[in-house]
Amino acid sequence: MTTTTAAVAGPAGAASVPRAAGFLDSLRSEWTKARTVPFTLWNLLAATVLGIGIGALISALAAHQYPKATALVRAQWDPTSTSGAGLSMAQLAIGVLGILIVTSEYSTGAIRSSLAAVPRRGRFLVAKAVVVLALSFAVTELIAFTAFFIGQALISGHAPTAALGQPHVLRALVGCGLYGALVGLLGLALGTLLRHAAGAITVLVALLFVLPGIAAALPASIEHTVEKFWPTQAGQQVTVVVRTAHTLPPWTGLGVLALFVAIVAAAALSVLIRRDT
Amino acid sequence: MPRKSAYQPAKGQLIEARDLTKRYGATLAIDDLSFDVRPGLVTGFIGPNGSGKTTTMRLILGLDSPTNGEVTVGGKRYRDLPAPLREVGALIDAKAVHPSRTAYHHLLSLAQSNHIPTSRVHDVLGIVGMESAAGRRVGGFSLGMFQRLGIAAALLGDPPVLMFDEPLNGLDPEGIVWVRQLMRSLAAEGRTVFVSSHLMNEMAVTADHLIVIGRGRLLRDEGVSDFVESSSQRWVLVRSPQLNELSTLLKAAGAQVRVGTEESIEVTGPDSSAIGDLAAANGLTLHELATQRPSLEDAFMDLTRDSVAFRAGEAAS
Repeated sequence: MTTTTAAVAGPAGAASVPRAAGFLDSLRSEWTKARTVPFTLWNLLAATVLGIGIGALISALAAHQYPKATALVRAQWDPTSTSGAGLSMAQLAIGVLGILIVTSEYSTGAIRSSLAAVPRRGRFLVAKAVVVLALSFAVTELIAFTAFFIGQALISGHAPTAALGQPHVLRALVGCGLYGALVGLLGLALGTLLRHAAGAITVLVALLFVLPGIAAALPASIEHTVEKFWPTQAGQQVTVVVRTAHTLPPWTGLGVLALFVAIVAAAALSVLIRRDT
Repeated sequence: MPRKSAYQPAKGQLIEARDLTKRYGATLAIDDLSFDVRPGLVTGFIGPNGSGKTTTMRLILGLDSPTNGEVTVGGKRYRDLPAPLREVGALIDAKAVHPSRTAYHHLLSLAQSNHIPTSRVHDVLGIVGMESAAGRRVGGFSLGMFQRLGIAAALLGDPPVLMFDEPLNGLDPEGIVWVRQLMRSLAAEGRTVFVSSHLMNEMAVTADHLIVIGRGRLLRDEGVSDFVESSSQRWVLVRSPQLNELSTLLKAAGAQVRVGTEESIEVTGPDSSAIGDLAAANGLTLHELATQRPSLEDAFMDLTRDSVAFRAGEAAS
């Protein structure tokens, strides 16, 4: 390695009049960080493959079951959520991306150079949140629309299909992106609170899958209330066209999830501001 | 106080610590520490392991919050600096970089966060001699390359204040000389240079001024030469073909005698003329009689003997 003792000074006057760094500078920096670690690409890829693949699989299976289905099943037939069934797996990859975006900084120690560069911790976390929201929303929308068109093509000829022009269909597809964005933000907040990927992923899996499963074992009256208001299940109502029993209306459901994520994010912000690094 | 002729107060900024105290649970890491780090000088920050050097630097950078007291840079708390990398460049933990990121992207993300032009990333990679490694993922770097990358990050904002925590770790002799010259030239430009190290002999040739701490308390705040002079550690190196007889006589006279290298003894207590007189009076031949000035390391060991947090033989921490 060559050693130079070249002048250290930068562009004339660079240091003499420091220009205040702003939120957009933090955002640009966080975007550079997100796009230069491999897990971002892998998680987005995993979400896309799971979301579209499982959606196509479920669509094909459900379409072939449809002719033999009961009247009740036919009455609740929702081709939009059938083709979007892969979202239930894709959301895990999206939530984990939100977690890794921050826990990778703690595990490598890079959080210290990040917070030395941006000591306003609120700005730091909000910039990260914007990056996570944008990535999560974009990939979930990509999955939702792609899975929709593939799924409807597979269903076509076997069962009634959905089209973008039908009532609530476009709302459900756009809703997928909003739901995915909130799950990504939830991951970021959990990662910030817990600082370790393993712990944060455990909590995320519990919130998304395990606890709703346990609720199913409760007496019916309690189960229905839990099912209705459990944040992630409530949030998913914005992605369905045919509303089932014991669920909130789409936007109310999304509101419940948004409120829950906002509370976790506020806790994460408050802890980050107070905590030693 | 040693002051450099190139002293340019306008360029540097003062680091001021006042009654700085930091407690982690039951551990008092920093205990009522007050000091100034002045521009135009290389100020060495020394103390045994666990004495609070890194903690102090983290408090300066606002990474940790003090339990009591405060520390400012140019009169402002670090968290209030509008573009901190343009005012304070710091190397705290060189390996604290995501291993999958390239050196260039690591520096780019830091530059962007403080609105520093991208061209400056290329400049600092050139300054530390890492242009050819810019596109490599840092996971494969040697410790010496991490140190160079960390120094590049510190220089990124062309800041008037620089802090380096153990910058020499992992550097080869050429790298050590380079860092020494870099620190000297940064100070000569009027910048404030605050550098911790456990390599005392390196501090002796690099630093103008020393801040010495032990167990989180300030032990000394003075020029390097004053610090060495004030040390009580002095001894006389003696060579003689009749070492045994001489040792016996010296011990009888109340001197402390240690066996040195190559047929010599190291005598603490009487000065060289007293030892010479004693030898002459007893008809003993002397081949060498030399007063040993303490090195910075000796002075440091002497001072911190009572404030070492972790000592060999104690439970490893």
